Amino acid sequence: MTMDNLNIATNQLLVPAGLDGQKLEKVLHHLLVPGVDDADIYIQASHSESWVLEDGIIKEGSYGHDQGAGLRAVSGEKTGLAYCDSLDFDLLMAAAGNARSIVKSGTSGRQPVKLAPSVAGHYEHALYLPSSPLAGMDTESKIGMLRTLDTMARAMDSRIEQVIVSLAGSCHWILVMGVDGVLRADVRPLVRLNVSVIAQQDGRREQGSAGGGGRVAYEWFLRDNRCHQYVEEAVRQALINLEAEDAPAGQMTVVLGSGWPGILLHEAIGHGLEGDFNRKGTSAFSGMIGQRVASSLCTIVDDGTLPERRGSLSMDDEGTPTESTVLIENGRLCAYMQDRLNARLMGVPVTGNGRRESYQHLPMPRMTNTYMLPGEHTPDEILASVQKGLYARNFGGGQVDITSGKFVFSASEAYLIENGRITRPVKGATLIGNGPEVLTMVSMVGNDLALDTGVGTCGKDGQSVPVGVGQPTLRVESMTVGGTRVG
Amino acid sequence: MKETTEMLSINRLHEVVTDILMLARKEGADAAEAGAHSETGLGVNVRMSEIETVEFHQGQGVGITVYFGHRKGSASTNDLSHNALASSVAAACRIARYAQEDTCAGLPEERLLARDCEDLDLYHPWDITVDQAVALALSAESAALDFHDDIANSDGASVNSYSGARVLGNSLGFQHGYLSSRHSISCSVIAQQGQDMQRDDWWTVARRADELASAESIGLEAAKRSLARLGSRSLPTSQCPVIFDATIAGSLIGHLISAISGGNLYRKSSFLLDMLGKDIFPDFVHLHESPLLKGALGSAPHDSEGVAVSAKDIIRDGRLASYLLGSYSARRLGMQSTGNAGGTHNLRLDSGPLDLSELLREMQRGLLVTELLGQGVNTVTGDYSRGAAGFWVEHGEIQFPVEEITIAGNLKDMYRGLMAIGNDVERRGNLHTGSIWLREMTVAGNQ
Repeated sequence: MTMDNLNIATNQLLVPAGLDGQKLEKVLHHLLVPGVDDADIYIQASHSESWVLEDGIIKEGSYGHDQGAGLRAVSGEKTGLAYCDSLDFDLLMAAAGNARSIVKSGTSGRQPVKLAPSVAGHYEHALYLPSSPLAGMDTESKIGMLRTLDTMARAMDSRIEQVIVSLAGSCHWILVMGVDGVLRADVRPLVRLNVSVIAQQDGRREQGSAGGGGRVAYEWFLRDNRCHQYVEEAVRQALINLEAEDAPAGQMTVVLGSGWPGILLHEAIGHGLEGDFNRKGTSAFSGMIGQRVASSLCTIVDDGTLPERRGSLSMDDEGTPTESTVLIENGRLCAYMQDRLNARLMGVPVTGNGRRESYQHLPMPRMTNTYMLPGEHTPDEILASVQKGLYARNFGGGQVDITSGKFVFSASEAYLIENGRITRPVKGATLIGNGPEVLTMVSMVGNDLALDTGVGTCGKDGQSVPVGVGQPTLRVESMTVGGTRVG
Repeated sequence: MKETTEMLSINRLHEVVTDILMLARKEGADAAEAGAHSETGLGVNVRMSEIETVEFHQGQGVGITVYFGHRKGSASTNDLSHNALASSVAAACRIARYAQEDTCAGLPEERLLARDCEDLDLYHPWDITVDQAVALALSAESAALDFHDDIANSDGASVNSYSGARVLGNSLGFQHGYLSSRHSISCSVIAQQGQDMQRDDWWTVARRADELASAESIGLEAAKRSLARLGSRSLPTSQCPVIFDATIAGSLIGHLISAISGGNLYRKSSFLLDMLGKDIFPDFVHLHESPLLKGALGSAPHDSEGVAVSAKDIIRDGRLASYLLGSYSARRLGMQSTGNAGGTHNLRLDSGPLDLSELLREMQRGLLVTELLGQGVNTVTGDYSRGAAGFWVEHGEIQFPVEEITIAGNLKDMYRGLMAIGNDVERRGNLHTGSIWLREMTVAGNQ
């Protein structure tokens, strides 16, 4: 399997361009002037497609193909990046010359990094099949699936007035050569299906949407009725929102649903535990390793090794195998997430979290799949324990200010809890809290851990990467709910 | 002017577009459109007085759309070789054969296409070396770090300079290319007192380097804004007036733009359906679009389909004067394209007579918002709920900084309750607006 990746990526990337390992080593040598501590060549090709059904017809489709190479040289805390869109030896050499220019002439004392002999990369895990989803299903079947879902959504309820179904797939072929001269490869499939509907009743319109995906073939959507569940979920959400009343405003006990509401962890603590912010001391979690940052019920991991998951990677974008990193264990902060640069400067091991959007971007510490381990309560017990509060079953997006620790995430489906029972649906509202405090207020953890369906995309410094989140049902003693109804 | 990489590359992009249109005809397409672009740039980032990153950017790409009757297919690639273009055109054609007949799909009407596009003075490359860019970034950051002892840490300062070329052509004979540039300096620093850490930033952006604010002024403003946030606390939950500071007030107009854009209108995904000619704001509110301003950040000689653009009112006397449509959404609505395929170009919200401190005095008591967090805006319903930070105002003056609050309402009510627009106009972008004072929103906090 692992040699497969290298062969497949080499055939896809190097052979058509007339490149080989030896030529890449020459480029690497060109990068490695005295003073360079780390360097890599990142070669990438990708193709992608998307299909959109709207108004009951296949309205449009698109196909994309991109390729290029990024050259990086690191000296101390300084990084130089240059890239080219063509895999041409002379252009690679020129880009290497630009990237290494961060090392000024006259830099002395450090010797050029020695190259190990070139050997094929090998990995402990292969988490997904190294084949492109695009060719795995014929176009008629892709379109047929979209049509079936459209018909199904419209048949579910006469109030459904608009249905948009979109299907997207891509494959990325990646080759990384680090300072050791070893060529490492990954072939990354990714698919995504989304259903979004608008329901109308007496002039009021509300939307609902659901979807999923992963590093799998398109057939995955047909198994276990997955794609039908997306339709049911989107329609259900839209119809519930038609009944929703104004959301309450102020501080209250909040029960968060399982699965995608794990975006709480991603925003509230995940970003704050990325190595770069902590090396620079700009995170609200800086210098807090070993300290209590959550209730003892909370154990949180970042795990890039889950098979076929959207946030998973066999290796990160620096060629480091991904791993499962315990970030918080029984409430105590254990580790930050690291790329090579920050691990080296902080004197800690890499964790396989060095990710980049493409060859045009620099790697940095990023999350993979971030989730909380289950506790012992059933979701019903948790809801029954709340006299008055909010049950936020599903969420849209979120954001965090790393430095102040303040984060938000927006509920897309929420209900009032009164006397231990779910009573009325309320409109979506933003919840706001303080990252280092919110998990200390987790008083019950459910036994229903679920990961999201494979929809997350995380943005940082203008770079987007696919991620996963998850959690069991949680009771948080107090959060600020941003509704409109006071009192 | 000496011949730059961009001037050379625009000729190449013209060849690429011509090549694609010819390939599409050969494949049997009835109509086709191609947009090609290239970009070069330099970005440096310094932090704590040291270089952190130096990035050399150069990219290119092309987008292709073909029509077989009213069936549409698209493709894109960053490989501009003839073979790659041919296989991309073939891919777009393959897709079009699977797409279904949609009578509204197609190129714009020929009579709407831009002719004799004038030079809008958008291209002023910055002849700056890495060392010079580093020196500028360092002077921005050191102005911030030297300003006050409480500026104890930094997220860094950066200098970016981009130049690009863009060519759009279609099978109706339209083909036009132009060059543009964009330069910026930004700085983000952290103020610290004990456990309290607050970050804020400031920036300048322009088409011409000599129109940028000084690096020192950027650092100083970033420092002042971070310091002003120290000691932030939450608020009790209440309903009160809210002023959106000019730097973020544009987001309120952004939600309007989204709601009156063709795609959301024909999908009935807008809280402003059927509002053309009707009151949305009080009658003193006027919003204009001026796409052809010389040298401005949002200017463009035509829209993303090649349709001619011209100045127009979007809101006149508080009423919706125009939707924002491209060809497809216009046909869906039985209207004509407004030259807004791809978005808007240079929006201006007319200012009132008062500056921000006068607005605060008029408001007397309420919230001044300077930062928004999250995306809690529902364009279908207008429901609005976002995280916020800013300052609490009493007796017409700022009392203390606030954070960890939300502000909520419905955009329809918020627009109707617009009290005043300041003359403190924010000009660093496509939308120029002063601070906006709204009569009432729900503020939620934990005090």
